[in-house]
Amino acid sequence: MTLDPTTLVWFIPLLPFAGFLINGTLGRKLPRPLVSAIALLFTALPAAIVAWLWNAMRGTDSLLFTAGVPWISITGFQVDFVFAVDHLTLIMLAVVTGVGFLIHIYSVGYMAHEEGYWRFFAYLNLFMFFMSVLVLAENFLLLFVGWEGVGLASYLLIGFYFKKTSAANAGKKAFIVNRIGDFGFLLAMFLLIVHFGSLSFVSVFATVAQHPEWHGAHFLTVIALLLVVGAAGKSAQIPLYVWLPDAMEGPTPVSALIHAATMVTAGVYMIARAHVLFDASPTACAVVACLGAATAIFAASIGMVQHDIKRVLAYSTISQLGYMFLACGVGAYAAGIFHLLTHAFFKALLFLAAGSVIHALGGEQDMRNMGGLRTRTPITFWTMSAGIFAITGVPLFAGFFSKDEILYRTFTAPGPLPKLLWLVGLVTAGMTSFYMFRLWFKTFFGEPHFDEKAELHEHGAAVHLHSGTHAVMVADHDDNARGHAVHESPWIMLLPLVLLAILSFIGGWVGVPAALGGHNEIESFLAPVFANPAAPEAPSTGSHGLELALAAVSVLVAFYGFYVAYLWYYKKPGTAAVLAERAEPAYAILSHKYWVDEIYANFIVTPLLMFTRGFLELIFERGVVNGSGKASGTAVRGLAWLERTQISGNIRSYAGWLALGAAAVIAIMIFGRAVWMHP
Amino acid sequence: MVPTAYYLVLSAMLFSLGIAGFLIKRNVISVFISIELMLNAVNLTFVAFAHMWGQISGQIFVFFVMVVAAAEAAVGLAIIIAIFRTRRSLNVDDIDLMKS
Repeated sequence: MTLDPTTLVWFIPLLPFAGFLINGTLGRKLPRPLVSAIALLFTALPAAIVAWLWNAMRGTDSLLFTAGVPWISITGFQVDFVFAVDHLTLIMLAVVTGVGFLIHIYSVGYMAHEEGYWRFFAYLNLFMFFMSVLVLAENFLLLFVGWEGVGLASYLLIGFYFKKTSAANAGKKAFIVNRIGDFGFLLAMFLLIVHFGSLSFVSVFATVAQHPEWHGAHFLTVIALLLVVGAAGKSAQIPLYVWLPDAMEGPTPVSALIHAATMVTAGVYMIARAHVLFDASPTACAVVACLGAATAIFAASIGMVQHDIKRVLAYSTISQLGYMFLACGVGAYAAGIFHLLTHAFFKALLFLAAGSVIHALGGEQDMRNMGGLRTRTPITFWTMSAGIFAITGVPLFAGFFSKDEILYRTFTAPGPLPKLLWLVGLVTAGMTSFYMFRLWFKTFFGEPHFDEKAELHEHGAAVHLHSGTHAVMVADHDDNARGHAVHESPWIMLLPLVLLAILSFIGGWVGVPAALGGHNEIESFLAPVFANPAAPEAPSTGSHGLELALAAVSVLVAFYGFYVAYLWYYKKPGTAAVLAERAEPAYAILSHKYWVDEIYANFIVTPLLMFTRGFLELIFERGVVNGSGKASGTAVRGLAWLERTQISGNIRSYAGWLALGAAAVIAIMIFGRAVWMHP
Repeated sequence: MVPTAYYLVLSAMLFSLGIAGFLIKRNVISVFISIELMLNAVNLTFVAFAHMWGQISGQIFVFFVMVVAAAEAAVGLAIIIAIFRTRRSLNVDDIDLMKS
């Protein structure tokens, strides 16, 4: 077989699916090394294919190709099962397969002592399959298939420890909240069918491009806003972000892969993919930008007071996704995708490093019980530091370039609103720096707050128990953690950490702006995808000087965040507690996460439950459904009784009935026909 | 030439007689004869229509019906003898094993 891209592209999703089938059906009986070998092989091969594609496509001007078969075809409407590869898809594929493969390696070490090992890897491969379908899809419907599929994989993996009620509930919450977003996505697709008669990206976008007079048209705005509803669900934006912090109930590699690096960025990808629709609708763009900025600062503020190390990172993810939305909202799609790329590196790294910390402490997730781990787990410390420098925007690290690109593009966008959004983004950058360095100091510096020999305190979602003898899924076996010494993780977990740390450092160099002597390769790489023939690029109002000044301002703000964290958590530990007491109301608002969960519970969930329990269960279920069931049962019983009296065993009575029935049939055939035909 | 309707009326009468005999008679042999009567009533219709349309197929059907009836008579009489040997009776009302 020749290496034909259109053939090879099919293997990118199909190989992980094969891995899922093998591990999902036979994994229970296979030895663990074989399970992990299968899972790794079937994720390494797609990564190799993507690398090959990338190499083969380099230098070719028209990168886009499609491969597909007919799928749904009815009169006047057709959707095909088509994969398309262009520059944007290539970047997404590289993130999904590359970071995905690294996280698979890490999982081999992290999950080594867990029950349901095969189940975990089968689900991970299933996720890789659906995520590849999502980014390869050439039409909205196929994208939606991947979209729902990753939601399913996410649900299964959040609820991986399904014996724990909180994990099972978190899985349900993620699924149900995502359904609300999917509802918007579905409505958007219906409207696209109504207005365009097609769901193909190429044909829909070409139609929009051919009609410049549609700019700002009402129906395009509605479609774009409904797509935003879908994206807000998947990418955890206000008001649908509530599922992501709870999703931390899943194993840490899952948080890294699905709830940081790949799946949650699907919303950003979808908006970038449908950018033609958003370009044509300034209202939708403004909504996306405001939503992103609001989410960024909102989540960052909550992240500042969290104690669970994974929840800090979860709110940080929501906040960074807000940045990406902000970038898309101001039309800087390339900057958004750039941040998606760098974020995939450093957030996956941060989660994996946090997992390594949790692993070292035998399941401890509360930062109040950490500290002084710098010398105990040196490699974890250094790699996590790289991730923290990247997210806070320390110059030369990946996040510095992507975040400043977003802030710069926001600042230079036309109108007064972007200036305000820029300020929000800047404040968020300071908050990001604060909570990340707070995590850094509390975890790695200062006095150890854990008791090494004694029983380790189980907290929250702490389920990863490391023990030589026997590990269990449920977190209520403290015996296993007893006598557990703080230790560095095995090399199989450290290797992905080191690789991701290197990527978190150099990953931003693909987008060095011209102001700093670079060429911003990623923007020119993505230019063919985001070219907007309908509205030619407005001349940028910015200059190199302005860009440098803005970068300097954001570095200063980030340094201020670092300095505050340094003062409060390193220089004088306990300052934060005093301040929290002094500013009790503000602290209470933040630590209760603005009571959003409680508001949703009281105003949406409780009324809904009252409706279902009061009306649907009591009246409809018991009255109508059960009642009609019982009534039909009674009726059948009565008829049966009537019939039973006729089963006499008397042949002549049977024959009589037979003759009567035949006579009735003949009568109907002769007389009834005339009645039916000529009423 | 006798009109076809005459044959049909005769056939209907024979068939009705067969049904009546089947329903009224208690002796198994009589019931059996009634069934043969019905079969031959149908045979008569076949032949009458075959004659009317000038087609041979109706008559061929009659042959098949006769062959099946002969086989059925052989099996039926065997069953009747078997029943008589066990029950010493030929009354159909005594044979009610299929009562639920």
